Amino acid sequence: MERWSELELHGWGRYPRLRSACTRPERVSEVHAALADRGADPLLAHGLGRSYGDAALLEGGKVVLTRRLDRMLDFDPATGWVRCEAGVSIEDLVNTFLPRGFFPPVVPGTQFVTLGGAIANDIHGKNHHVDGTFCDHIRRVELLTAAGAVVVCDADHEPELFWATVGGLGLTGLILSCELKLVPVAGPLIEMESVRVENLDHFFAVSAESAAFTHTVSWIDCVARGKSMGRGIFMRGRHAAAGAQASPGVLGGVIDAVSPLMQVPMDAPNWLMNKLTMRLFNEAYYRKQPHGTTAQISHYAPFFFPLDFVRDWNRVYGDRGLLQYQLVVPPDPQHRAIRQVLEAITETGMGSFLAVIKEFGDRAHPGLSFPQPGVTLALDFPNHGRPLLDLLDRLDRVVLDAGGRVYLGKDARLSRAAFEQMYPDLDRWRGVRDRWDPQHVFQSSLGRRLGLSGVRR
Amino acid sequence: MSVLILGATSRIAQQLAHRFGEAGHAIFVAARDADEAARIAADVAVRYRVPTASAGFDARAFEGHPAFVADVEAQLGALEVAIIAFGDMGAGPTADFADAHRVIDVNFTGAASIAEAVATVMEARGDGSIIGLTSVAGDRGRQSNYVYGSAKGAFGLYLQGLRNRLFSKGVHVMTVKLGFVDTRMTFGMETGLPVASPEAVSRALFRAWERREDALYYPRFWGGIMGVIKAIPERIFKRLSL
Ligand SMILES: Cc1cc2nc3c(=O)[nH]c(=O)nc-3n(C[C@H](O)[C@H](O)[C@H](O)COP(=O)(O)OP(=O)(O)OC[C@H]3O[C@@H](n4cnc5c(N)ncnc54)[C@H](O)[C@@H]3O)c2cc1C
Ligand SMILES: NC(=O)c1ccc[n+]([C@@H]2O[C@H](COP(=O)([O-])OP(=O)(O)OC[C@H]3O[C@@H](n4cnc5c(N)ncnc54)[C@H](OP(=O)(O)O)[C@@H]3O)[C@@H](O)[C@H]2O)c1
Repeated sequence: MERWSELELHGWGRYPRLRSACTRPERVSEVHAALADRGADPLLAHGLGRSYGDAALLEGGKVVLTRRLDRMLDFDPATGWVRCEAGVSIEDLVNTFLPRGFFPPVVPGTQFVTLGGAIANDIHGKNHHVDGTFCDHIRRVELLTAAGAVVVCDADHEPELFWATVGGLGLTGLILSCELKLVPVAGPLIEMESVRVENLDHFFAVSAESAAFTHTVSWIDCVARGKSMGRGIFMRGRHAAAGAQASPGVLGGVIDAVSPLMQVPMDAPNWLMNKLTMRLFNEAYYRKQPHGTTAQISHYAPFFFPLDFVRDWNRVYGDRGLLQYQLVVPPDPQHRAIRQVLEAITETGMGSFLAVIKEFGDRAHPGLSFPQPGVTLALDFPNHGRPLLDLLDRLDRVVLDAGGRVYLGKDARLSRAAFEQMYPDLDRWRGVRDRWDPQHVFQSSLGRRLGLSGVRR
Repeated sequence: MSVLILGATSRIAQQLAHRFGEAGHAIFVAARDADEAARIAADVAVRYRVPTASAGFDARAFEGHPAFVADVEAQLGALEVAIIAFGDMGAGPTADFADAHRVIDVNFTGAASIAEAVATVMEARGDGSIIGLTSVAGDRGRQSNYVYGSAKGAFGLYLQGLRNRLFSKGVHVMTVKLGFVDTRMTFGMETGLPVASPEAVSRALFRAWERREDALYYPRFWGGIMGVIKAIPERIFKRLSL
């Protein structure tokens, strides 16, 4: 039985694809053994690979695939606190606890992420404006550090290490387990409304009047320009109260039956995602929603995880892969940065179908966590190579000028210089990390690119 | 009614614990690594809210096996199902005989020893199931893994005899011949053939147990492959490099 196998890994964007020696421990002692047996190589945890770029990759190093470290260790039905190994997925939590009336406090747009990945990227969901990020609901983390010690850290014990580990990109150590507070829900249904928004100003108006909804997000047509710039479909909802009935014809009921059938079996040709098809997709999707507001009671899955119904949908971008660019900029009554970004995209014609906009709440998150008060925009781009990288560099400048930042969990190309200006807590974070991992045993390709790792080896 | 899982640190065994836990059975988790056995028991208890217990178990501690079974029954009540999932592939035929000895001890002697201990209590009660995991490697000896294969093959013969003995006593014995499964044993191996997930294995075995099947291959296509392999005349087979 060989511990390490050479594998090519990639994130959800399938760019870049990098080789490393991988191991897949099935119990905690095998994680210790992997750390001890890494030779002179650096190490990184890899969950379900739903980061888009190179956050979970480590070219030429040793990678620990954590998905089989998935034991649920303790649950208190009186409070909702659950203690789990870091490879447990959101999907697994939902399937286990929804029948008992509990739901994860924060979920991303896919349920195929691990708790370790959710902590390392301090993920946010549609309820950020009310409930903050994932790590706002984590009280304790059990970490395997570079020295081979197991450190349980929380607000009282090794608080600095806890601070640096939430949103710490896997670079402070390997998370073995964590304690997460689930929230009580009445059932699987979501009371939701869809509002057709005509342009950017309308989006902000609808967002402002949606304060009574715990969950908000808007799809945005990033092909439309001029007066229609920023048009889209705003979705808002909340967990439904007991006794709610699903609306007739709602996708939810049938979805379980059909979802295994929907799969992208192989790479689509690279030309599939071109200017014309993008325009058609966006137009058709926008027209689907009638004027005004429609209300319905939906199953949670199409509301939270609409993309999960098509397995491997990332393959429609072809073998060149895709890049996602997610930014947040502080509130601005004129929304100048968002306008500049949308203008730059329509100008180059490189926009895509999947674009999402949301206003974050005003909670600030420390360390390398991404969310900050303001508005966030997430954009998918087919990998057009150089012209796209040039466009994204341009967007970085807009974001920096506005005092914003980009999300590292989605990133594959940000420059070190831009990164250092975007994350003001960087020096403090580095100080804590260097105390716990002076040799930079834990590294990632993203960390190397951004100057976080490997500088002193 | 309780289910005993032996060699529970195997991913296949854990998934089986999930299937039986999901169906409401009390689960006894036994593995060489007692700490890990306790974690697995906790996992099953959290997920399925069934009674669980765990203990260290070594397939080669033969003399202790009858007492071990008594202890399991004392903790979780009468055993309805015992699953013998442990196995040891060894380093291969080129290693020294100590390695081969251990492989035989675990896969055959240890398996037969604990099966005997379980059979004794089930036979007395006239109820229960004994499920043994063996391998397609036990169907024909090949130079690359014949020590492991012969021990698994011997365990298969043993289960056949036990089934014959216990049939009239109302005790069910099921032989499972596994092909490639995606576990620690096969991680990173170039198999050239489809590899089953441990979860799929557990679902198929659980259904087969509900139907009280005698023997099965999983994945099922291995039945066909092994039929062909067994049919090759020895004078040709001995020249192949398998
Ligand atoms: C369709 C889709 C929708 C998404 N929607 C959202 C969204 O709404 N909000 C949002 O915030 N994100 C979103 N994401 C991004 C995703 O939630 C994050 O990238 C998440 O971190 C992925 O988790 P993972 O288990 O796949 O981790 P990976 O991608 O495998 O790893 C992510 C990081 O976590 C580290 N890591 C993983 N496990 C451990 C561990 N045990 N110990 C230490 N470090 C570890 C890795 O080293 C890496 O740095 C989305 C992604 C997709 C594909
Ligand atoms: N994976 C395949 O492709 C495949 C194919 C055919 C058959 N099988 C059989 O399927 C079963 C499960 O194997 P697996 O693939 O899940 O591999 P595995 O993870 O290596 O499981 C083997 C298990 O046997 C246990 N074990 C070894 N020696 C033991 C001993 N002396 N006492 C008690 N337990 C002992 C191991 O315990 P430790 O954790 O303490 O080492 C481990 O739990 C085995 O019987 C194997 O032969 C597997």
